[in-house]
Amino acid sequence: MAEKKTLGQEFSKGLIKENPVLRLVLGTCPTLAVSTSIENAIGMGIAATIVLICSNIVISALRKVIPNKVRIPCYIVVIAAFVTIVQLLVKAFAPALDTALGIYLPLIVVNCIILGRAEGFANKNGVIASAVDGVGMGVGFTIALTLMAAIREFFGSGNLTLKVLGYGTTLQDIFGLGETDVLTAIGLEPILIFILAPGGFFTFGLLMACANKLAEKAGKPKAELKGCEGCPMAATCSIKLDGKECAE
Amino acid sequence: MELNNKLTVSASPHVKSAETTTGIMLDVIIALIPAGIASIFVFGIRALAIILTSVIACVLIEYLSRKVMKRDQTVGDLSAVVTGLLLAYNLPASIPLWEVVFGAVVAIVVVKQMFGGIGCNFVNPALLARIVMMSAFPAKMSAGAFVATNVTGWDVDGATGATPMGLISLADGIKDGAPTLMQMFVGTTSGCIGEVSALALILGGVYLIIRKVISPIIPCVYVGTVALIMLIAFGDVNAMAYEVLGGGLMIGAIFMATDYTTSPITKNGKIIYALCCGLLTCLIRLFGSLPEGVSFSIIIMNILVPHIENATKPTIFGTVKEKKNKEEAK
Repeated sequence: MAEKKTLGQEFSKGLIKENPVLRLVLGTCPTLAVSTSIENAIGMGIAATIVLICSNIVISALRKVIPNKVRIPCYIVVIAAFVTIVQLLVKAFAPALDTALGIYLPLIVVNCIILGRAEGFANKNGVIASAVDGVGMGVGFTIALTLMAAIREFFGSGNLTLKVLGYGTTLQDIFGLGETDVLTAIGLEPILIFILAPGGFFTFGLLMACANKLAEKAGKPKAELKGCEGCPMAATCSIKLDGKECAE
Repeated sequence: MELNNKLTVSASPHVKSAETTTGIMLDVIIALIPAGIASIFVFGIRALAIILTSVIACVLIEYLSRKVMKRDQTVGDLSAVVTGLLLAYNLPASIPLWEVVFGAVVAIVVVKQMFGGIGCNFVNPALLARIVMMSAFPAKMSAGAFVATNVTGWDVDGATGATPMGLISLADGIKDGAPTLMQMFVGTTSGCIGEVSALALILGGVYLIIRKVISPIIPCVYVGTVALIMLIAFGDVNAMAYEVLGGGLMIGAIFMATDYTTSPITKNGKIIYALCCGLLTCLIRLFGSLPEGVSFSIIIMNILVPHIENATKPTIFGTVKEKKNKEEAK
């Protein structure tokens, strides 16, 4: 983070190079849990992005006020406030999404991406840079989530819900298949394991491999659980790693 | 200078046997042939189609994935053929062929090549593919799908019901409509295409033991454990024989549990491994919600193999065990 980056770079790094899910391996729990349909994935992505942008702005603005020793609780209070706002909004205006996301909506509070960006970026950078970082990371999260959901939903249920917050259509409706799913229609059948947890892990692993390959071509190191970069506990942690594997 | 050219300097081991991976795999393939012939007799041409699809898919996928990963081509060692055969033998005769190909992709790409290819897989590829297919296509892999339909020229009265393992329970014993022990021994009953004929599988197992490809410890201890526990549980020799001959126990004990990569190398380790396999199989069969537990118990024990090997490490030649040292010090 030492070198100065332009705002454009701050935004675009979240998309592939430092994609929070596929490259920094943060926020994997909601990723695996809600990526069973595109509609849920986009809903989750939008909710998390809003929280991320707002919390990044506030934490960055308060970075000189917050005492260093109690900064994690302070961050959590800020994040929790925004999550509550988003959750109430979703409950009021998109109750179906609220039901679909269930516990994972309030759990955005402990989403590693948001705390990770607060700790790793917002408390060291200015308000505008933090906001842009939040947008980039949020969009990166949403893209990764949607990509995973698309693969899992298509193979797992033979359908794609091309919907955002309840508006849109489904792949079944586009082809006019009624209740039959696309895979059954072409003589195959849905591979159920893709929407189950093991299928989530398989898809996640394969996508990470692809993102590694893309980043390797761009001359970046592979995403591995090495070093302190991307670890939300980096600043408080007493172990300083030199490329060694983290035991925590 | 001339002497240098004649001498090969290399690390140990220096004594090499004539045994090759290809040779061992060829023996396993030969040992699997009787079960294949039996499956074609019992399930008809459909079984042959599944076996061919599975073998061809596994070999092709192995070739392609080595090529894509830019690694040395190992498709010639025939291990993919063995995986393909074992995968096919673990499937019901009614399975659609594209689902067989899906299983082959899971076995070769996900379980085998992603972990480094032959010798690096952490569980048996064919078995894990079967388990993945069980959760991917539950309707196609459930009990009703195992019914033998295309039977030619055999007495097949027993072959029209559910899989034999669904017809025995601790509460009711052997239920009505279950195949006789003779039918189960010869193989004219329902089940996965390769597991039905205990006779053909035992023939293959005996061949492997004579050729010293596998040691008899794992199959004998595994089957023995199941027999003993079932004898105690049912208190009836008939039910015990039924449990031993039925389901995937024979193919599991002879061909799956003995896979070199995923079974312990030490003798004590082999005994512990096979005992635990038998124990888990019995627990799942007697108390689990699934009728059959061979594949799950072997997979679970596969994962524990490194720990078993650690626990049964023999002492290094020439050294004394630590305990004895302490005694001497006293």
